[in-house]
Amino acid sequence: MATYGTNGRRAAIVAGLRTPFARAGTDFSSIAAQDLGRTVVAELLQRTAIDGDEIDSVVFGTVVPSVLAPNIAREVALLPMLPKGIPAYTVSRACASANQAITDAADQIVLGHANVVIAGGAESLSNVPILHSRRFSETLVRASKAKSTGARVKTLARTRPRDLVPITPAIAEPSTGETMGESAEKMAKLNHIARDEQDQFALRSHRLAAAGTQDGRLAAEMMPFYVPPRYEIVETRDNGVRTDTSLEALQALKPVFDRRYGTVTAGNSSPLTDGAAAVLIMSAERAAALGYEPIAYIRSYAYAALDPGEQLLQAPVLAAPVALRRAGLSLRDIDLVEMHEAFAAQVLSNLEGFESREWAARAGFSQPVGEVDRSRLNVMGGSIAIGHPFGATGARITMTLAHELKRRGGQFGLMTVCAAGGMGFAMVLEAA
Amino acid sequence: MSIATIPWQSRAFAIEIDDGIAVLTLDVPDESVNTLGAAVVDEFTALLDRIEGDTGIRAMVFISGKPENFIAGADIGQFTVITSASEGEALSRSGQAVMDRIERMRTPMVAAIHGACLGGGLEMALASAYRIATDHPKTVLALPEVTLGVIPGAGGTQRLPRTVGLRNALDMILTGRNVRGKKALRMGLIDELVHPAILRDVAVDRARSLADGKIARSSRKRRRRGLADFALEGNPLGRRVVFNKAHAGVIEKTHGHYPAPFAAIEAIRAGYDQGSERGFAEEARLFGEMSVTEVCRQLIYLFFATTALKKDNGVGVPVDSLPVDKLGVLGAGFMGAGIASVAAGRGTVVRLKDADTARVARGLASVYGVLREQLVKKRITPRELDDQMSLVGGTIDYSGFQNVDLVVEAVFEELGLKQQVLREAEEVIPGDAIYASNTSTIPITRIAEASKRPEQVLGMHFFSPVHRMPLLEVIVTRTTTAVVTATAVAYGKKLGKHVIVVNDGPGFYTTRTLAAFMNEAGHLLDEGVAIEALDKALVDFGFPVGPITLMDEVGLDVGAKVGQVLLEAFGERLSPAASLARVVAAGRVGRKGGKGFYLYDSPGGKKRGVDQSVYELLPTGANRVDVPVAEMQQRCVLAMVNEAARCLEEGILRSERDGDVGAVFGIGFPPFRGGPFRYVKTAGANNIVRQLELYHTRFAPRFVPARALVEMAEKGRGKVEPV
Repeated sequence: MATYGTNGRRAAIVAGLRTPFARAGTDFSSIAAQDLGRTVVAELLQRTAIDGDEIDSVVFGTVVPSVLAPNIAREVALLPMLPKGIPAYTVSRACASANQAITDAADQIVLGHANVVIAGGAESLSNVPILHSRRFSETLVRASKAKSTGARVKTLARTRPRDLVPITPAIAEPSTGETMGESAEKMAKLNHIARDEQDQFALRSHRLAAAGTQDGRLAAEMMPFYVPPRYEIVETRDNGVRTDTSLEALQALKPVFDRRYGTVTAGNSSPLTDGAAAVLIMSAERAAALGYEPIAYIRSYAYAALDPGEQLLQAPVLAAPVALRRAGLSLRDIDLVEMHEAFAAQVLSNLEGFESREWAARAGFSQPVGEVDRSRLNVMGGSIAIGHPFGATGARITMTLAHELKRRGGQFGLMTVCAAGGMGFAMVLEAA
Repeated sequence: MSIATIPWQSRAFAIEIDDGIAVLTLDVPDESVNTLGAAVVDEFTALLDRIEGDTGIRAMVFISGKPENFIAGADIGQFTVITSASEGEALSRSGQAVMDRIERMRTPMVAAIHGACLGGGLEMALASAYRIATDHPKTVLALPEVTLGVIPGAGGTQRLPRTVGLRNALDMILTGRNVRGKKALRMGLIDELVHPAILRDVAVDRARSLADGKIARSSRKRRRRGLADFALEGNPLGRRVVFNKAHAGVIEKTHGHYPAPFAAIEAIRAGYDQGSERGFAEEARLFGEMSVTEVCRQLIYLFFATTALKKDNGVGVPVDSLPVDKLGVLGAGFMGAGIASVAAGRGTVVRLKDADTARVARGLASVYGVLREQLVKKRITPRELDDQMSLVGGTIDYSGFQNVDLVVEAVFEELGLKQQVLREAEEVIPGDAIYASNTSTIPITRIAEASKRPEQVLGMHFFSPVHRMPLLEVIVTRTTTAVVTATAVAYGKKLGKHVIVVNDGPGFYTTRTLAAFMNEAGHLLDEGVAIEALDKALVDFGFPVGPITLMDEVGLDVGAKVGQVLLEAFGERLSPAASLARVVAAGRVGRKGGKGFYLYDSPGGKKRGVDQSVYELLPTGANRVDVPVAEMQQRCVLAMVNEAARCLEEGILRSERDGDVGAVFGIGFPPFRGGPFRYVKTAGANNIVRQLELYHTRFAPRFVPARALVEMAEKGRGKVEPV
């Protein structure tokens, strides 16, 4: 099996950094996504001491883009310590947006189009754009085109109170109208994932994340975030991780999406979160020339998709076997698995899918991926505890996997991310 | 062939004539900026003669050939050769005549302004028929004459109020403030604001319209006036209110030490009260009067001294300085954060380290405070503020120090700590990085003893608050290499500082001379003078604050520490006064603790009155003694001047010029007195020595005249030399 990239052109992750993740509406609520992104990249540049002239490209992911700065990657690339001539673009693949940024970067390196790329993502779910109703928008446009003040007043006078009700974008599938939570609820039912299993998994996420924070492994991925403009708050850890939660506390929560027969609660779902993450990726050759020691290489990756009306978050099951095949590996070769935890119900559904012949067949394989050893899964918790800034999560997981693989002396790591639109992502990292 | 089709030759001007419009491009050869020296003015009037005689020319455009400068003003050198008020008056009259001619000429002139348009440059623009400026950050308009001790002498005091109204004109003339394009347009100082790329074309087009009578000369347009203008400027009563307020403002700001602002007010008032002709006459008369004042000479001396410093690389031999792209700052306290903020303001990447995140956060908040002030003053945009802030990365470890070019250490003033921090930093920073300590007292040689690379160690003594104080004292040891010094000097200049280079020694130059001054103030307290009387005496002399207030500001504990260092170094000559020690022993540390010689609202808060209970701690107790104001002033100032002279004779100072600039811009020596060395020369070295001897007999071992002063007196170098 050919590796992804000939020897010198393998895409190496040489460094990464993220902000602590903060639940939306808390400490980062006044900071725009672009400022979260700029801050984390500025600090990454400081710490790695990389010369800005070496950087060929900046790719960033974001899911709910700012209306005022839609190409967030360019705003990041326009940091004052970087040369102005670094092209930059923004990608959107729902919760796998940062993964898209990273694989785009890796592709450009493998192709020989780039040698050093900054890839990452940022999201501020505290700052989602609020829209006017369609009727009110039309009124405003018409008023702006009115030829006289009288005509303008007349147009505006047609406004009705209900026109002024703003529209907040919901996290819902445009094709089905189903919200993400409803999809998770449906998956729990289809796959018979019990409430207790979900709560147990959520508890595990918090406990492991708390331990990883405590012993400094998670903290090593983060920069202390000095919150402007008053700089009175210094965020040094993810504020969603609960050290004190218990099964009883989780069990006490009411289901949100199906109050009667539902099992998905705020406790076993990932929270709306603000944060940013970035990785520095280089060709192996350039990393060696510049004196950077790679943490891991990108061995393979795959994207997949299914009908959003079916099981919205089940596509990692289709992507993982492809990524493994492209890596020339099977699950037995994998030392660590990092799965994005949108919902406990989704993770548990995905894990079941990995073991299912039916899902294997759908992916075009005769054998299932296999049973994931739980002791190698999300060993420092996951998005349920740590938080989930949509555009940044993929970069966070990439970094966690790369660092932990290295720390444990493992060789291969698998990561998966589910994404809206019925999409899934999987990637295999190889420790350097 | 008509003469109008032939390009003319001139040294400073290029002349092109296009369809009856003469474009005069001023580009003074071999200078980075255009100044209106006598030769340039002569050339210009000769050009006007030819244009006037050429009926083919219908209008003129005046534009600069310099990339980012219109006209920087008159040639200051001209002012220094004026020996009498009547000579100054004549100079002003001749300037007025040129401007008058521009205004009245058959061929209207359009001033096309890109870059700094200052002093005589603005006066010329004001006399033009039409003014167009570019919307470029380098384009600023100002009349800075009062900052040199004179007043605008080529019609500025008359034409500016006519153009922008009385209150705007007073503000510009009394402060010398820079006005940028947008504001200039708003106040009517210019007629149009355009992009630099179309400046010339628009100017030519406007010149043609003027010639065709399609637009009026801007001097004939009526200024649009608001209600406040009518109430305050449209009638004598309202104007009197404005003038009185301006007068009071000048007194408050200058304590009456500077005559030029008053003269400017007088000239402007004459124009309003007695008509334009008298106004111009008064302007010339007052310009002449001001041009020979002591204040004017000292300010011009300082202008030349600082100009010379700008060209001085600090090492006396040609050396290429190294670039400083990334700065490490150790210690995020008030000084460290201040240094970080000015560095970020100039585009340097800054790594700001302190021991814990709380300190770093306070440091970042203080950097943000400084930068935000620039935003509020509209000197930077919100995005520029974001950009500058993003250049400063806070840290609690040495990450990000592996590629710094320069480290400035600004930790607590303690030798052991400073040495330890240096050792830590040297483990991480590149081998060729320069290491500077921002200390005000600790000898750099001692700090450098801890270094593996002492040749790369020096002192960079910034003054607080860093973003406002214009001096940087660079301290070099015997081992500091020239390139290291030159780099620190060049970077200091990049930060907008006047940089003096001094040799290492206890207290270097500024701290040592200031300490001598404060020490003498302490002795006066020991004798029983009233605190506020002493402070007032020195403020009246021209210092920005009195010595006791300053002591409270600096911190009495810090002051006592400095005193101890200097006592150890220089012996009894600088033996500390008893007062300070006693007050410190009583637990008072000054403003930062809310209690010193004065009382404060809160620690670090606003000053209230003298704390009467402090007298009980002083040697004379509740008894106050009257010492004549002149003696209080003389003793403090002589102590300072004498110490400055010692710094010169010991080779701490490289030159008298550095001593003067250092004292004026670093420790508040009154600018209108030129600095300690100029003060000696103005008073006469023999007089100074005599005074010192007199005080020596009373207060030995203090006041032993410095050898340098005695030599100056013997050589008869007492007289002020022309600058």
